[in-house]
Amino acid sequence: MSELLELAESLLARARGGEEVEVYVARGHETEVRAYEGEIESLSSATSAGVGIRVLQPGGEAGARLGFAWAGSLDQDVVAKTLEEARDNARFATPDPHVRLARPDGHPPADLELWQADLLETPADRKTGLALDLERQVRAADQIRQVSSADYGDEWSEVALASTTGIRAFTRRTAAYLSVSAIAGEGGDTQTGTGFSVGRTFADLDADRAAAEAVVRSTRMLGATKARSGRCAVVFDPRVVSTILAIVSSALSGEAVVKGRSFFADRVGEQVAVPSVTLVDDPTDVRAFAAAAYDGEGLACRRNVLVEKGELEGFLFDTLSAERAGTAPTGSAVRGGYASTPGAGCRALVLAPGDLDQAGVLEGVGEGLFVQSVTGVHSGVNPVSGDFSVGAEGLMIRGGSLAEPVREVTVASTLQRMLLSILHIGGDVEWLPGIAAGQTLAIGDMQLSGN
Amino acid sequence: MTDTLPAEPLIGHDVLERVLGAALARGGDMAEVFAEDRQTTGAVLDDRRIEELSSGRERGAGIRVVVGETTGFAHTADLSERGLLDAAEAAAAVARQGGRGRTVGLGSAAAAVPRVAVLPETVAKARKLELLRRADEAARGAGGAVTQVQVGYGDSRRRVLVASSEGVLAEDDQVRTRLNVTCVATGDTGMQTGYESVARTLGFELFDEVDVDEVARLAARRAIGKLAARPAPSGEVPVVLAGGSGGILFHEACGHGLEADHIVKDASVYTGRVGELVASPLVTLVDDGTVAGEWGNFAVDDEGRPAARNVLIENGVLTDYLWDWLRARKEGRASSGNGRRQSYQHLPMVRMTNTFLLAGEEDPGEIVAQTPRGVYVAKLGGGQVNTATGDFVFGTTEAYLIEDGRITEPLRDANLIGNGPEVLRRIDAVGTDFAMTPGTCGKDGQSVPVGCGQATLRITGVTIGGTAA
Repeated sequence: MSELLELAESLLARARGGEEVEVYVARGHETEVRAYEGEIESLSSATSAGVGIRVLQPGGEAGARLGFAWAGSLDQDVVAKTLEEARDNARFATPDPHVRLARPDGHPPADLELWQADLLETPADRKTGLALDLERQVRAADQIRQVSSADYGDEWSEVALASTTGIRAFTRRTAAYLSVSAIAGEGGDTQTGTGFSVGRTFADLDADRAAAEAVVRSTRMLGATKARSGRCAVVFDPRVVSTILAIVSSALSGEAVVKGRSFFADRVGEQVAVPSVTLVDDPTDVRAFAAAAYDGEGLACRRNVLVEKGELEGFLFDTLSAERAGTAPTGSAVRGGYASTPGAGCRALVLAPGDLDQAGVLEGVGEGLFVQSVTGVHSGVNPVSGDFSVGAEGLMIRGGSLAEPVREVTVASTLQRMLLSILHIGGDVEWLPGIAAGQTLAIGDMQLSGN
Repeated sequence: MTDTLPAEPLIGHDVLERVLGAALARGGDMAEVFAEDRQTTGAVLDDRRIEELSSGRERGAGIRVVVGETTGFAHTADLSERGLLDAAEAAAAVARQGGRGRTVGLGSAAAAVPRVAVLPETVAKARKLELLRRADEAARGAGGAVTQVQVGYGDSRRRVLVASSEGVLAEDDQVRTRLNVTCVATGDTGMQTGYESVARTLGFELFDEVDVDEVARLAARRAIGKLAARPAPSGEVPVVLAGGSGGILFHEACGHGLEADHIVKDASVYTGRVGELVASPLVTLVDDGTVAGEWGNFAVDDEGRPAARNVLIENGVLTDYLWDWLRARKEGRASSGNGRRQSYQHLPMVRMTNTFLLAGEEDPGEIVAQTPRGVYVAKLGGGQVNTATGDFVFGTTEAYLIEDGRITEPLRDANLIGNGPEVLRRIDAVGTDFAMTPGTCGKDGQSVPVGCGQATLRITGVTIGGTAA
């Protein structure tokens, strides 16, 4: 048994009569290298550790009360104080008949290879070398004026979760990434583009690909102008689709549904999207960036079908939202680390792929706008109302091919309407960093706002 | 002010000197220790229940060593001398050429005391939660269409200590308190949301100044009002921004572009333009970390430099950028007091504090009256900018049509998009009704509290991204 799980378990003995206690312990290490103009601009290396404790106190008929406290330390005294603090906080919660800690539900955890020990053995020289190589490649490309950042990063992390209700979970993972931002320039014109590569270890990273992406994405935007306003078909790049799906996912959270904050509420069984849409959250797919064996409450992660052939099938639940909805948790508790409590959410959302590659989708659409990046997603997309309005840049689609570049426009619709206006779903699934995969996606009849 | 006694220093004077000496043992131009002790309380009322009351504690130190153009950084949660020496050694790994070490002597710093009347840690938890219940009731009382209310409360006390081989030795004790309300209203047209928050660099006395009920009712009215909203227009329209509607326009249109880290990398449209007219002559823009009580206020920044008032644009002419220690050193000048970091686990970088447009002379009502057709934005949400191209977006969360010089129908949320220097040139009226609003600014993965301010102003044309033709 891991040392971390032992630490978590050791605290459970301090639970008082009738009390339920859950201890989440995490520790990790991060390395970050930034290259600039052939030199290492910064090199950071840091270890962190912390604990988050939930205490549930019985409150009779009215229900139980939950308190939470966290600390950025695994020092014994600090951890003991944190437990006291969580216990004290529980006194102030509103008693709730639905509140409870997760109980083991017999679902077996997937056996996933998320730990690549060789990352820990990779010498620092190779990491700085890769960042320098990435920066050099982009800087050497035609029409590139500046590389504003070229980063290598990696991390390892371990999480243990134990509760008086029988939860015992230990996971560890490694991750590595490259990311680069290029500024292309020609005369007075300036455009930007980013590239990245992610993996579980050093050897998974592809600097050539990340560099080429940043170069293509910035240089093809040179000469961009504002487009004319009007309604048109919009083809979204896989990266953008991953971002949009992540927002849609918050409306699929059981917590949002039971609290009346989702436009999908009360619509199970209805046709919410075109029949080509099948949407699944499957954290047991090892290719997913956030793949995981256990969820944020220590239940096994599992495959959940959310939309099948356009019909809404169900939602993602953690223990609390499942109790409120009168259903069972789907192993979908997510938490942002030791300083936060779990909530229901997705980890590995993906649309069932269609047959066309990106060129095929563009050809199928014929005329419209190809969007390579969006801005203002947090200020312009509302998962409660479904209103959708984002800043966009990309290229016009003419005769089924990419044509002149376009900037400083917005595209708008509602999420509800977009799901019912999908024209093509690409087969080019990419497992991007974040909680959703991306693929090329064409949506008909959106409002483009420009001149 | 209370007679709070300064707490024990986070790290003793002699330990700091030894750690800085160790950080420079293999050479290097500068070494710095940044120690932090943060205590937080958070509470959430949702769906009529106090769902969560949480407390957090985090302390540690980040150590950086600068050698030529390279920065080494390491952090530790272990504030013992052994823990700090280990971190110093890790940060010093960039100084591999093995230069000569030196000893570091520090002066003395005045111990910091929190500049607030009521430390949140002295307030009973029950009193904090009472605010949440009041806000919930007030929001629900604002109209039957309100179907869900979430209220968040948070306070934090952040003690920091900065010491560097350049002789910096400074402490600060920052207390912040906030309350925010999000409402959902439901009607025949679906659901809409409304949001309002108060957040100040103050203690619990914040709630002597602020009427929590009014904050809640405002959030509720925003949600209810949008149930009857029509889709926002599309295309370029004149836009009037209400005083205190967010001020995020300047934060995005030029604030980020004036941060020296973007400037020295030639990654901003404002590079090399000091002395030029970059905005309408009505624009005088200031960044000021000294404004007591505002969300972006502090005594010293996270590099130990005193907060300062910096004029960035004066009557439309670009006068200066924002600087931290690293970028200022490159230009042979002093930092402007804008070196900030999210926590001890992060490197400092150039950040805004409280950024605002000075008030003008026009009557706000007249500005609307003299706008035949356009969009009136009463409240803005967030925004985003690409500093290299200057293109930026900012979202509306309460907006109306202006028809014949009058504010008429409510509009659904939309983003506006523009190019910084272009939009700043198109400001043709600035009112007298100045107000500040709090926000959280994200940059390169780090979040810091900032303030934004402006009076009512008009932009002659900016693109709004609605769905109506």
